[in-house]
Order: sequence, then C-alpha cells, then structure tokens
Amino acid sequence: MSLLHIAIFSPFLMAILVPLFYKGLRRIHTGWFVLILPIVLFTYFLQLLPVTRDNQAIQKSFDWIPSLGISFTAYVDGLGLLFALLITGIGALVVLYSIFYLSKEKEKLHNFYVYLLMFMGAMLGVVLSDNLITLYMFWELTSISSFLLIAYWYDRDRSRYGALKSMLITVFGGLAMLGGFLLLSIMGDTFSIRELIAQASELNDHPLFLLALLLVLIGAFTKSAQFPFYIWLPDAMEAPTPVSAYLHSATMVKAGIYLVARMSPIFAFSEYWFWLVGGVGIFTLFWGSFNAVKQTDLKGILAFSTVSQLGLIMSLLGVGAAALQFDGIDDNIYTAATIAAVFHLINHATFKGSLFMVVGIVDHETGTRDIRKLGGLLSLMPITFTVAVIGAFSMAGLPPFNGFLSKEMFFTGMIQLLELDLFNLQTWGLLFPVLAWVGSVFTFIYSMMIVFKTFTGKYQPEKLEKTPHEAPIGMLIPPIILAALVVVFGIFPNILSYNLIQPAVAAIIPSLVEPGEKIPVHISHWHGFNSELKMTIGVVVLGAVMYITLNKWIKVYNIFPNKVTINALYDTSLYAAERGSYTLTKSVMTGYIRTYLVYIFVFFIGMLGFTMWTEDAFTMDTSNLAPIGIYEVALVLLIVLATFTILVAKSRLTSIVALGAVGYTVSLFFVIFRAPDLALTQLVIETVSVALFLLCFYHLPKLSRHEERMRFKLGNLLISAGVGIVVTLIAISAHSTKMFESISKYYIENTYDKAGGENMVNVILVDFRGFDTLFEVCVLGIAALGIYGLIKLRLEKKGGVIDENK
Amino acid sequence: MEILMSIVSGLLIASAVYLILSKSLLRIIIGTGLLSHGAHLLILTMGGLKNGAAPLLGQHAPAYVDPLPQALILTAIVISFGVTALFLVLAYRAYQELGTDNTDEMRGTEAND
Repeated sequence: MSLLHIAIFSPFLMAILVPLFYKGLRRIHTGWFVLILPIVLFTYFLQLLPVTRDNQAIQKSFDWIPSLGISFTAYVDGLGLLFALLITGIGALVVLYSIFYLSKEKEKLHNFYVYLLMFMGAMLGVVLSDNLITLYMFWELTSISSFLLIAYWYDRDRSRYGALKSMLITVFGGLAMLGGFLLLSIMGDTFSIRELIAQASELNDHPLFLLALLLVLIGAFTKSAQFPFYIWLPDAMEAPTPVSAYLHSATMVKAGIYLVARMSPIFAFSEYWFWLVGGVGIFTLFWGSFNAVKQTDLKGILAFSTVSQLGLIMSLLGVGAAALQFDGIDDNIYTAATIAAVFHLINHATFKGSLFMVVGIVDHETGTRDIRKLGGLLSLMPITFTVAVIGAFSMAGLPPFNGFLSKEMFFTGMIQLLELDLFNLQTWGLLFPVLAWVGSVFTFIYSMMIVFKTFTGKYQPEKLEKTPHEAPIGMLIPPIILAALVVVFGIFPNILSYNLIQPAVAAIIPSLVEPGEKIPVHISHWHGFNSELKMTIGVVVLGAVMYITLNKWIKVYNIFPNKVTINALYDTSLYAAERGSYTLTKSVMTGYIRTYLVYIFVFFIGMLGFTMWTEDAFTMDTSNLAPIGIYEVALVLLIVLATFTILVAKSRLTSIVALGAVGYTVSLFFVIFRAPDLALTQLVIETVSVALFLLCFYHLPKLSRHEERMRFKLGNLLISAGVGIVVTLIAISAHSTKMFESISKYYIENTYDKAGGENMVNVILVDFRGFDTLFEVCVLGIAALGIYGLIKLRLEKKGGVIDENK
Repeated sequence: MEILMSIVSGLLIASAVYLILSKSLLRIIIGTGLLSHGAHLLILTMGGLKNGAAPLLGQHAPAYVDPLPQALILTAIVISFGVTALFLVLAYRAYQELGTDNTDEMRGTEAND
C-alpha cells in the first residue's frame, strides 16, 4: 500500500466521512469539506509531472487475489497522469461550483457528495490501473456512481429514465469489455497491460485477437457515447449541472477515449482498429454536430456537442494508429494525429466544462434552459457572457483560443491521411476530411447558437420564472478559471506540449519512442497559408451564412421522423424484449400441470431416444435369457388384462380393484422369481393401499361424482407409448450388455459367516446396508406425520385469524 | 423371459404415463401406483431372472438368485407406499376443500395469475 494507492482510495474513504460532516456540521455546506480532497490530490499529481516528463513511469503494486494473478497495480505514466490531473483538477472546480449551485437547505447533499467522491475514486482507479481486472472493477464503479448521480433527483420520471438508460448501455459495454479483457488475458497469459503491450506483436496473430478487439471497442464506444451508443448521453442531462459538467463532458465519457488510447499499443497494428476507431469516430463527429443544431435545450446542445467532440478525439486516435504502420519516426507527420487527440482532449475538458457551468448559471438564474425563451441576457450577466463566448468560440475553433489550434491539427491529421498508402485509403479515405469539415461547420453553427440565442436578441422577461441577475461570485470562479485556461492554452500552447502532451503521446504509441528520446511536439499558431487554414476560413464563412439563414433550412430535420431515430429503436427493442419475454413465459408456463408433464415426458423420449439412435446403442443378446414357463405366460396375460381394465374402466371403483389385481399379480411374480420377502411385503402393502384408495373414494364428497370414462386423446397415447417403448428398449439393451459380474457373490458367501443370518435379503437390509433401512423408516414416519397433520390441522376453520395464508 | 418382462414393465409404465396425463387426481395417483409396479419389476428383471434357489441359506442350493435387487425393491416398495399414502390423503383433502378432483380447475386464484 503505497502513497499512490492511498491517493486513489482517498475519495472512497472521504465518501465514508461525508455523512458525518453532513449530520454533524449542518451549518457549513458539506461541499467545503469535500473540496479539500481534490485540491490535495491535484497537487500530489502535479508533483509527479517531472517523472513522466522524462517518459519514466511509477509502478506500485499490492496483491489483491494473488492466486489468480489479480493485483492492484497502480501505474502512472504520461497518459494516466494527464487523466488524473483532469479528474482531480476539474473535480475541484466542480465541487466548488456545486457548493453554490446546490442549496444547503433543500438538497440531500450527503448523497450528492458521496456519489461524486465514489465517482472520482473510481475514475482515478480506471486511469491508473495496470491490471485488467482492477481496471474493469473501477470501470463498473464509474457506471454505478454515474447511475446514482444522474438519478440524483430521483422523484423525477425523466431522471430515472435517463439513469436506467445510461446504466443499461454502459453496463452492456462494460460486460463486453470484460469479455475482451478475459480473451486478452488468455492470449497473453497475464492481466497486466504492460506485459500485454510487451507481447503485442505475438498477440496480433492469435485467432482470438479480432474478437477481443471488437469487445474492448464496444466497451469504449458505449462509455464514450460513440455512434450508435451515444443515445444515453443526451438523456443523462437530467442530472444536476455540476454532474453533467464533470461526468458527461470532462471525465467519464473520456474513459472510453482513455481505454482506446491505452489499448492502442496492443491493437493498433490491426487494420480493423484503424477503420473502427477512426471511422466510427469521424461519423460520430458529424452525426453529433448535425443533431446538436436542432436542439432547443442548452444542455441538449452541449450533450450532442460532447458526443461530436468525443468522436473527433476518437477519430484522431484511430488515425494516429496508422503511425504504427511505419518504422521509426523519421517523419513525425504520422504522430501528428495522436498529438492532436491528446491536445484536443485537454482543450475539450476546459471549454466544455466551462460551457456546462455557464449553462448551469443561466438555468439557475432564469429558471429555464430553453433557447426559445432565453435572449438578451448580455447586459444582465456580462461575466457569464464573456465566459460563454470564450468557451463557445474555442469549441467552434476560432483563434486565439485553444480550440482553434486543435482544430487545425485535426484537419492536418485528416488531410495527411490521404497521403498514406495503406488500408485501401485511396478509395474511402476522402470521406475523413470531408466529414470532418462538414462536422466542423455544424459545430460552428451550434456554438454560435449557444452564445447568441442566449445572450443577444430580445429579452423576454415574461417567459422566465425568475428575475435574472449575475450569479454569485463562487459560482463564477470555476468557469472563469476554465475560460482563463482556454485562453492561456490558446496563446501559449507549448507550456502543455512537453509537460503533458509529449509523455501522453509516448504512452499511446510507445513503439515509436527510442529510449531516452522524446517525441518532438511543437504547436505553432501560424503555419502558413495552407489548406488547413483555408478549411477553417471555409468553416467560418459557410457556418456564419448558415447560422443567419437557420430558420430557412431548419425544416431539413423534419425529413427524419421521430420514429426512425436510434432512441426509438432503443425504446422499441426494450419494450419488445419485455413484451416478448412476458408472452413467451405466459405461453410456456400455462399453469396446467398436464402441460408441464407433457414437456417432461417429451423431453425424456427425445433425449433418450435420440441418444440411443445416434450412439447406435441398441443391442439384443439372447444368450443368457431365462426360459419362459407356462405360469409366467399366464401371469403376464393377467397383468396385461388388469392394466388394460384400468385404462378403459368407466367406474373408478373398477380401476381401483384392477390396480389391486396388478399389485397382487406383481406379488405372484415375486413368488415365481424366488423373492419370498418381496412377495410378502407386496401382498400386505397392496392390501393396505387398495383399502386406502377405497377409503378415499368412499369419502369423497358427492359434488361431482358422475362417473365417466377417461377421454381418449391421441397425443397422450403417443407420448405414453413413446415412454413405454423407450423404457423397454433401454431395458433390453441394458440387459444385453453386462459389463461385469454382480457383487452379490460376496453377500451370498458371507451372510452367515460374518453377519450370522440365513435370510440374505434381510441381512442386507439391516446389516450390510442398514443405513437405507434407517431412512426408509424415516420416510414412513414423515408420511405418517404428514397424513396426521393433513387430516387434523384445519387452520382456517378456527376463525378468520389465519386467513392470510389462504 | 427377461425380454418379456421388459415389455411388461414398458407396458405398465406406458399405461402409468397415460393415466398421469389425465385430468382426474385419482387416476393420476393410480398411475403413480402402476409406475412403481413397473419400476419394481424392472429392477428385478435387470438383476437377472436366472433360476436358482430363493436367497435363503437354509436351502443349501448350489446357486441362489441375486439378493441385492430384492433388498432394493423392498426399500422401494415401502417408500412408494409411504408416498402414495400421503398423496392419497392429500388428494382427499384437496377434494374436500376445493370440491374438485380435476387438476385443470386447481389453479392459482385469479389474482395470482
């Protein structure tokens, strides 16, 4: 248990303490106590920066289940540290923001902070685990805590719907990912990611490789809201805004990105990886931005914009994987995409976090997030407006903000893709820059919508629930800090490059880094009047034109009716699954005992008959048969006759008597087959049984005692004939294949010598195998007590007291 | 003889199954009675019906029939008797309380359905 482990577990420990603070110190907002932890953690992770800057890593391990090779290995490299800093840094800002956002009096703060801290700890565990099983454990913890946070206002229908949806989708992905992890561990015989990366080239040829790749990607795509799994994210906007800012823009949705980046060294040699990650990413980018424009809810716009930006990062990671196809880094052009991915990851966390907080402020101060009701807030909320402009312009990719730089680098990556000579890129490769450019145009449009529809235009005070005014300063500080970072990273991007981006890129594509060497990362503002810049100018011009004429072409969205969305597909399939399983159960479980008996018997016939037939198991050996005498034939005829009488008898009395006849014939068989004890017992017991049957029959109430013959049913006849034939065939076949001699010789020889008796059957019953007899006595005793209880205990007749069992 | 006895057991079991598939509770119990007869005969047959003396040492015979299946059947007879008796009383009580011995009518209340 090192300091690193304590750092990862500290949010969980803190979560235990939160209710104590909440109950004990009611006067102080619980958030203030919580705030200390992420700040301390952030400082702790900051001082690890010098280690990763030299591409070194810290590895600390303690055993969890050593016999299964499962340990909790914390591993800090450039990629892990970058995420850890994002989680703790934005975590601190979100906690500060939530102190002013959530009311101390009205909200259940202890729940909120316990869930939030659980999430923070789980997220740190995800990004700092080297062991696949530990990673999976923390991964599911993020799903669970996110489920709890989305449904924080659990009395609202929409919250519960959104929470359930995100739970189903992310847990589906999580389980697929677990499958992928297990396949990986089978292929590499280890749970350690480090050791798997070391043997990446051998894994590539393994027959399970492609399946593992697909399963791991499903996990990453569901968590990171990629097409078509993005549908949970817009519904997760029912969560409190600090949660949306933290989980659904900066951290949790980046867990999938993290997973893809982390697994890149293992999978990226494969063509499938390139096409899936890159292709799905670029399509998600387009689809998300296209759908964001039609939203009227500010958080809805931001949700789709998050989907779109995640797609952007994902596509860059996919394209970056192409870099691994070339030996060495003589031309660093191929690593550009990965650098852009990491850079945009940081940028997105900053501007999207601030935008969510801005939307939260607008919601908090006006009571609505609907852009049709908002407008003209510029003069009322100048600081919020400034922050919104910085965030939105950065998202749109305008200079001098950091989004501009990463957008340029994104275009660079996409254009360079055309020059690569692999994976059939000549034919389909052109789609990448085209989709990227179209997606950017839509990104520009909705970014402008966020700013101008909210803050400019006509002020409509009659539609607002509250009188808007500027937010309290505590609520403004976190978005201001994030906006400041947007500007700082925009103007001085290179403070990031060597401290954060370079080590992270080295962790994503380690095979391209020579020992002791560093990947050159230099982000420059002005890179000449090249095609990237022309594309950006095109985005701005077309975007501006389209934004102004928005009302004219917004009807385009009506072409797609609501019924053909993926949401509708999700809802329908969920409904169909519930309905289908209900119908299936209803049709199979009829409640009639006869149906179940039919299932059992048909299965019996099918199973045994099929086995006999396929195994060719029927044999017939007539060599050791006993001869048939005249008495036996007579008895056989008698028993057949009696059985037949039971079947066709009209009166039940006749059936009972015929059953007695069968029983007595059986005892006669026992006489012929030299079994005196059996004959005696059978005679007595048959007599008692028949007496019992008659007793029952005689005492039956005369409600519906009309006698009728059993109705003939062909199905029943076929089933019973089948059972009888199968039993007969198996009996003959079993008798014909004697495997070994009976052990009865021992009993015959030793009955007198060892046990002192002459009646072998009785000696076996009470001496050799006395235990059977003991419990058979028990059975009789229980039956007797049961019968006594059935007859004597009539609970409900004692008055209405015990009626609830009825 | 063994083949004949196998066929007889098969016949008994087939009739038992046919009775068990009927609706009347009493017939179902008669069916279980037939089923245990069939099973007992089958056990005896599978032990071999070779001629020999009854398994009593006082007979001083050169060969005896196999005593083990007989011991097993004796146990089985007693157990099936216990179960049948309980069954019968259960059916009797059910008839008394519910007023029917038709299994199709013996279903959960509508509310539980």
